Formats: sequence, structure tokens, C-alpha cells
Amino acid sequence: MGKLTNEDLVKKISEKYSDQVTLLGEPFGLLTFETGRDQITDLLTWLKNDTSTQFIYLTDITAIHYPELPKPIGVIYHLHSLVNNVRVRIKVFLEDADVHIPTASNIWNGANWMERETYDLFGVIFDGHPDLRRILNVDDMTAFPMRKEFPLEDPNRVDKKDYFFGR
Amino acid sequence: MQNHPVYTDNDPQTELSTLNLGPTHPATHGVFQNVLQLDGERIVSGVSTIGYIHRAFEKIAEHRPFYQITPLTDRLNYCSSPINNMGWHMTVEKLLGIETPKRVDYLRIIIMELARIADHLICNSVLAVDTGAATGFFYVMEYREAIYEIYEEVCGSRLTTNIGRIGGFERNFNAIAFRKLRKFLKEYPVVLKEFENLTKRNRIFIDRTKDVAAVTAEDAISYSWSGPILRATGVDYDVRAMNPYCSYEEFDFEVPVGENGDVYSRYLVRQEEMWQSLRLIEQALVKLEKEPSDIFHADVPDFYLPPKEDVYNNMEALIYHFKIVMGEIPTPNTEVYHSVEGGNGELGFYLVNDGGRSPYRLHFRRPSFINYQMYAPMSRGMLLSDAIINMSSLNVIAGELDA
Repeated sequence: MGKLTNEDLVKKISEKYSDQVTLLGEPFGLLTFETGRDQITDLLTWLKNDTSTQFIYLTDITAIHYPELPKPIGVIYHLHSLVNNVRVRIKVFLEDADVHIPTASNIWNGANWMERETYDLFGVIFDGHPDLRRILNVDDMTAFPMRKEFPLEDPNRVDKKDYFFGR
Repeated sequence: MQNHPVYTDNDPQTELSTLNLGPTHPATHGVFQNVLQLDGERIVSGVSTIGYIHRAFEKIAEHRPFYQITPLTDRLNYCSSPINNMGWHMTVEKLLGIETPKRVDYLRIIIMELARIADHLICNSVLAVDTGAATGFFYVMEYREAIYEIYEEVCGSRLTTNIGRIGGFERNFNAIAFRKLRKFLKEYPVVLKEFENLTKRNRIFIDRTKDVAAVTAEDAISYSWSGPILRATGVDYDVRAMNPYCSYEEFDFEVPVGENGDVYSRYLVRQEEMWQSLRLIEQALVKLEKEPSDIFHADVPDFYLPPKEDVYNNMEALIYHFKIVMGEIPTPNTEVYHSVEGGNGELGFYLVNDGGRSPYRLHFRRPSFINYQMYAPMSRGMLLSDAIINMSSLNVIAGELDA
């Protein structure tokens, strides 16, 4: 089994994509990159098909919401190169008014439901997705419940406010 | 009165019929709905609907301290809850940089492998029930009870276990737990062998499962399959071997792989995995003998809950207990992905932490959710009776599917 180190991977990606991909860090050994939605399809396809990287396995797609950032919605991909046993995390941040990103379901079949779930919970619209419908929640729901503006509990409750705990 | 057409044997019947298979259909063992278009008994197309028991676990987790997330995890795959519990605790330990003592690792392996056996024995015996062989099911089911009794000794509960703590276990394994474990190790192989004799070379069982719902390795990888159903297609991917956690790298075990990717291969892979799990438990017991018997958690008072007795009688312990439960102790502002080999495949926890009292974001990579999406596409062209067998062999657990 050929082993691709994180350093090799950083080098390869920066050679090919230079300023289009930013290295965010390496938390707990897992390389994390950020890119834009214009590059994401090309980057994912290249990572999957390049003979030296071979990230053939899509582990996961999900999203995160940072309401205070200019680009609040982040779409997060976890890929795994089964051949080299290396993982990589890729993030794409989107503006609130324009939450479109190309689908990855034409690269991996498995992306279909993962993207539907991300759409259902965060409202990210995956352009080109063959069947972008809600998956876990009811179809006529209007909110995207994992966004931070939808609190879990009744906002009128005061017994759990931080100031009661000295914060 | 409406005139219904009367068909004879030679008339072509072009009209398709729609079958709502579920939810809670007796053939589907759970809340699964599939709207199938049937041409006679053959499935022409299908649409799977999920979300019937969606409980918003990811949202709830954003509002709970780490300890209070444990009960959410064991309600994912409730057939092997300890794996979920410990997967979560290991994720938190990775985040906090906690090293667990070897004895904790070995005890965890024992419990996780028992859970895997409990999960696989249900799956395989129910598969046999679906082919008409109920005897084996009753026979092995008794041993799932034996496993639950071991859980009960270790943590006090049976199905939703809430087993373990950050850094180890809540209490040490007592002598009764070990006695029950040794009894299980002695008796279960005999039963497992007998179950194998009943099914493995059984003509009916083979006819019903062989070459049914066969999937190629390429398709399985493209659909992000993991666990026994992926290995049945010939792909040698097991998280325990590829990215070892919990000292799995010290153990000698094989990752069984299948050849055809059909229902029979999945059965064989699960069956072989149970033998390997027994092997792992035996090895863990030998390794345990070399470790001090009183260690069952890491020395991390900032995150390990103090014993209840101390909480009632000791001010210091009470303060620590309060601080831990309320999430008062600072945690690193970073993100972590940790995965374990669950009963159905790679169970991943993606935790984004902002140093607050709860995760900023927690995502569960649930193998059942990802494995099930191929069900409808792969059912096309299949007989309805085969589609039922196929569902059993995928071992989709509704709790994990919907989260």
C-alpha cells in the first residue's frame, strides 16, 4: 500500500491549484483545505481520479453555520484515499443570499443522499443534483433547522441563561 | 358497476401495480417505506422514503455538554449501542488529548466486540427467518441475552447502555461480569457453529441468498458503502485495521472479505466476523491479565466524573462533578473527525468545538443512512421476495438511518 503523506498532498494540491485552494490546518492529522465553489467540482474530480491521490471514497458531506461570518454556510467534504489510507477535509463557504454549490453526485453516487440531508438541514442548494428534496424532515417544512437562528428550546425560557452560571 | 378486465394465462399484462412496502410493514422489520412499481412480482422501480423517526440528534447535541450526548449515540444503532457510546467517548478523548490506559482499551475492545457479535447474530438469524428458518433465530437469540447480561453487570442497563465515561468506564468490571463473559465464550462458539450448520450449506438458504442483490466493488465504493456489506464485495476496508483505535493494532485478527457481493456473501462475512470477534475477546482477556486489575479509567479529574459516593460526601468531588456536568471546564477550540467500525460500517463523529459547553456542531456519519440509499436503485429488476431478503442483509437500523 503506497503511503501518501500530508506534506506530499499539500505540495501536490498547491502545485495544481496554487491560490485557488487555501490550507486551513491539520487538526489531529487531518488536512483541511478551503476552496471556492468554482473549483470544488474540479478539485474533487482530480482528487478522486489522479493516480497519486486516489481519494475514491467519499466518507461524508455535511455543513456548518457561522451566522456572524460574511460567508456563513460552510459545506464540508471528508474524503478518504483507500489506497493510500489518507483522509482530507475540504470546506467551501457560501454567502447567505447565494447558497448554491455544484453537486458531487456525478462524481460519487453516494453523494446523493448526503447532499439531500445537507439541503434539508442547512438549505444548501446543490446545483445539478438529480433529486434535491428534503430527506429527514417533512416536505412542506419551510425552515432549515440546523441553522443557528432556529433555537432548540423555547427562547422565552430564562433558567438556562449563561449569567446564572457566572458567564 | 366497473368492468374489470379478465386476464387469461396468455394475455400480456402491461399495467404496473404500485406497492407501498411499509412503513411498519411486517416484512421490513422497521419503519421503512418503499413505494415500488411492480410488474407482476418483479420490481420495475422504487422510491425509498426515510425520516419517520428523525429525532434531530445533531441539533440536540449542540445544546448538551459532552456527557449528555452519550445517550443520544446509543440510540443510533441500538443493536450495538456500546460501539456508539465508546466511539463518541473516543472522539471527545481525541479532542481533549486524553490517553487511556491499556486496560481500558482492552476492556473497551471486549465490550465493543461483544456488541458486534450481538449485532451480527441478530442480522444473520433474522436473515434466516426471512428465508423460512426460524429455529436458528431462537437458538442464537438466547446468546444475545447472555451478552446483555454482561452489559448489565458492567453498566446496569441492557439495550441503551450509556456504557463508559470520558477516559474509561464508570466502574470496574466485577468478577460476575468476567464469569458471565467466560461462560459466553465457552458456550457461544458451539451455538454459532450449529447455526452455521443449519444455514451455510442449506439448499433453501443458498437458493434464496446466492446471487441475490449482487453488487460490484466499484458500485459499493461509489455509494460510500462500509462495513460487512462493503467487505462482501471484496473491498478490504475495516476501520479497525486501517485506522486502528483502542489498541486494535496490537491484536491478531483477520478482516474477512467476500467475493460476490451478494446476500450470501454478506451472511458469510458477518458470520466470519463473529468468529474474529470471539478471537479478539480471547486475546483481550489474555492481555488483561498483565495489567493492574484496579485501573478502569484515565487519571483526568477535569473530565472524568467522580464516583457518586464521593459526590455525596466530598466537597471537592461535588465541585468537579458540577463543573463537568455543566460543561464549565474549557475545551480546545478545534475540530476533530473520529470513526470506529460499527456493526454496519464506519461510524464517524465530526465534532466542531468552539470551547463552549456543548459542541458547536456535531455530525454523525451513520453507516445505515449511507448504506441504505442504494436499496431502491439495486432493487430494480429484482423479485419482491428477494428485495425483502436484501433489506435484511443490509442490516439497516432505523435509529441510525434517521438520527
